[in-house]
Amino acid sequence: MTAALFYIMGLAMLGFGVAVITSRNPVNSAMSLVLLLAAMSGLFVLLGAFFLAAVQVLVYAGAIMVVFLFVIMFLGPDEGVRRRLHWFGAINGLLVVVALLYAFFTLAGKQPPMIGAEGRAGTVESLGRLLFSKYLLPFEVASVLLLVAIVGAVVLARKDARSS
Amino acid sequence: MVNHAADIVVHWVQAGMATPWLVWLVITLMKCGAVVGVMMGMVAYTVLAERRFCAFIQDRLGPNRVGPFGLLQPVADGMKLFLKENVLPGHVNKVYYVLAPAITLFPALATIAVIPFGNRLGGEKMVIADLNVGILWVFSLAALGVYGIVLAGWASNSKYPFIGGVRSAAQLISYELAMGLSVIGVFMLAGSLNLGQVVEYQSHCWLVLKQPLGFLIFMVAMFAETNRTPFDLPEGEQELAAGYNTEYGSMKFALFFMGEYANMVVASAVMVTLFFGGWQVPFIPVEQWLGCSWLSGMVYIGCFLAKLAAFLFLFIWVRWTLPRFRYDQLMNLGWKVLLPLGLLNILLTALVLAGQR
Repeated sequence: MTAALFYIMGLAMLGFGVAVITSRNPVNSAMSLVLLLAAMSGLFVLLGAFFLAAVQVLVYAGAIMVVFLFVIMFLGPDEGVRRRLHWFGAINGLLVVVALLYAFFTLAGKQPPMIGAEGRAGTVESLGRLLFSKYLLPFEVASVLLLVAIVGAVVLARKDARSS
Repeated sequence: MVNHAADIVVHWVQAGMATPWLVWLVITLMKCGAVVGVMMGMVAYTVLAERRFCAFIQDRLGPNRVGPFGLLQPVADGMKLFLKENVLPGHVNKVYYVLAPAITLFPALATIAVIPFGNRLGGEKMVIADLNVGILWVFSLAALGVYGIVLAGWASNSKYPFIGGVRSAAQLISYELAMGLSVIGVFMLAGSLNLGQVVEYQSHCWLVLKQPLGFLIFMVAMFAETNRTPFDLPEGEQELAAGYNTEYGSMKFALFFMGEYANMVVASAVMVTLFFGGWQVPFIPVEQWLGCSWLSGMVYIGCFLAKLAAFLFLFIWVRWTLPRFRYDQLMNLGWKVLLPLGLLNILLTALVLAGQR
């Protein structure tokens, strides 16, 4: 059952991923990305990471992608734009694929280290405890990083408003 | 009849014909059927109640011709919408135009699964899915509901629906933050994200008494999330015709309509569960009087439905009493008032909890 669900979700992710980069209509791309994120949260559920699964849908699919869609709809880019192959992008993509394949094949035989209390790794309690004890510093650093990003966004938006 | 059905299941298990997995499947399917049936019935009759109460508020009678007191009006409405011609305008994006109404109704039907609507009935918990991240499930699906409206506005390829869809997206994203922040106080007190445990926590004192500010923010945010007056700018009749659903007709329009009322039912259910004790009956020790029986289980479900109906009435009452906000007022309220108040609520709750240690 779990294996079957894993293959269904995995294939769905691959399919939607291809649809994101190949579809001509940007709205189709955005909606494929939403479905990809939903399938990915399904994978998190299979791993027992319920909190991560819920937050994945809430933050990425529910908030960030809505803003993406918002911008796409407002700008209404042309569907008929001819696609050119950028050599820089193609080489970079190829390098990433090779690196990922290498990582996959070297790590495939090894058991990943389990984090958190055994059997309860995905629950909100164990996640919260770890975030506020063992991983407090990285957690706070990430918060500061987000704060900087928010302040930066406000500054950019204000500058725009003054000049116009 | 419920007893009879339970006897059949028990007999079935004793005869060794059913594995626990099969029993679980049958019981879950029964719960799903009952919940969706009751919910759709409530949606139909909330529409009627809305039309009748708005008429009373405006000193009219409302639809009172079909059946006694107009009680068969929803049946007539449903028949009419089913029999209407299914028009597909030529200028729309067909895939998203057809999908959008379904996407609008889906989150409401899926979120009701984690709401505990009763204590126990014959040893079986009265909730379809007892998730340990219950409220996050509700929020994440509610966040997906916006796609239905945005896509409807865009796929209609027409300016009023488009403006309605864009307004709706901006509004829903703004009020989601206030909604999320306002309930953190609840979970700090209850110590769990599981809605069943939040209800258990309220057996002595409803959380609305301990979290009045949180409840107020949450209720305002819920009105905004369900696109109800005073936050119904996405479908403001005066400036946008009917907003995002202007280009829709027949059952596709009916799905939007049902989605709006189903979202109201879910919003009411969440408010009852988080702040008004869920299925608990106040002041009356039901289990001492009736024992742990089918009857007391039904009393709890009845109590939950009664509280739900009270909130649905509040939604209707507010809609026909308050005027609509201006758009800048709406944004100011969401970002400059509700968001800071939500943070303040978390801080106050944390200080009180720290003081009690």
